Amino acid sequence: MMRAESGLLERRAVVRALLADRGDLLVVAGLGAPAWDITAAGDGPANFPLWGGMGGAAMLGLGLALAQPARRVLVVTGDGEMLMGLGALATIAAQRPANLGIVVLDNERYGETGGQLTATAAGIDLAAMARGAGIADARMVTDAAGLAALHGAIGALAGPLFAVVKVDPANLPLVLPPREGAFLTARFREALLGPAAHHQV
Amino acid sequence: MDRTALEMRTDADWPDGIFATLRRHGITLVAQVPDAGHARLIRACAAEPSMRLVTLTTEEEGVALLAGAWLGGTKGVLLMQSSGVGNCINMLSLPALYRTPCPMLVTMRGDFGEFNPAQMPMGQATETVLTAMGTVVRRADTPADVVPVVDATLRLAFNTYRATAALLGQRLLGAKTFGTAE
Repeated sequence: MMRAESGLLERRAVVRALLADRGDLLVVAGLGAPAWDITAAGDGPANFPLWGGMGGAAMLGLGLALAQPARRVLVVTGDGEMLMGLGALATIAAQRPANLGIVVLDNERYGETGGQLTATAAGIDLAAMARGAGIADARMVTDAAGLAALHGAIGALAGPLFAVVKVDPANLPLVLPPREGAFLTARFREALLGPAAHHQV
Repeated sequence: MDRTALEMRTDADWPDGIFATLRRHGITLVAQVPDAGHARLIRACAAEPSMRLVTLTTEEEGVALLAGAWLGGTKGVLLMQSSGVGNCINMLSLPALYRTPCPMLVTMRGDFGEFNPAQMPMGQATETVLTAMGTVVRRADTPADVVPVVDATLRLAFNTYRATAALLGQRLLGAKTFGTAE
């Protein structure tokens, strides 16, 4: 069930597996398919799906991780989104947030715009780039065993952690999160900070 | 050429007023791409144990960083030069959509007595670009304006959940002369 006909991992199954028994994990998703994927796995206040700001998902995750050092933060994004903000790998490596994990669902495509190839299709290795930036635990996942190990690493996060999961490029049915950003912000902050969140100045 | 001719005014103490204002507002995250005009403020923030200084590779990272920090209850500020504003344009969608505070303190180039022609296009477009993306913009051109403008910029951001910017005019900073003045 984990593999598509291509033999590659199926993205929804990957995200479901990574978010299984997530506990108090906070999840940020990059725009497009990763946002649909985390929503398909179960929407809730501890999910923060992005509808825009391409290239900013990892940095948004860093801000959250620095603000909440006792909470695990996972950014789930795509290869196109990560490629647009590669400098974040250096910024994050320099900050060394132990509670931040970044998972790139790499289908080697701009999936929302017609499946045009990204740089990873030409062999660009995002995990190697992350390692080069100084993120020591930077891994490539292509099978169920690697996925299980990644799930364990997210559960006992000793980051920063960076993982590229190679996934099948098929576009799956849309499972959309709420679109209203003010709502997404308020529900996330209330869940994390309590009702006092609405009175912070 | 005398290296000191490249440097801008460094004796002015208004950056200390900005630092005190950041402290008063409970700012604990300072994201920045360095600018000479912010050098004194950056040094003060780096030396303050309650503040985390994050050096960015490009200014738009700071817009996303501040959104994430606010989700976690932390108040941040973004320091940059006016040329960095151009790097932020699309990322300013985030504070607009998600209603997250994004106060920016922008030191101006291409604004008043500029020497370097390359600074003119972005310097002249800075306010237009910010305003076009829904940012509330205020300016300080004299030392006496700095603290009130920065204070208002922070209040507007955190009280009303939006991107705001204080433009610190080149008249305040002094223009790089590259040794051609006098």
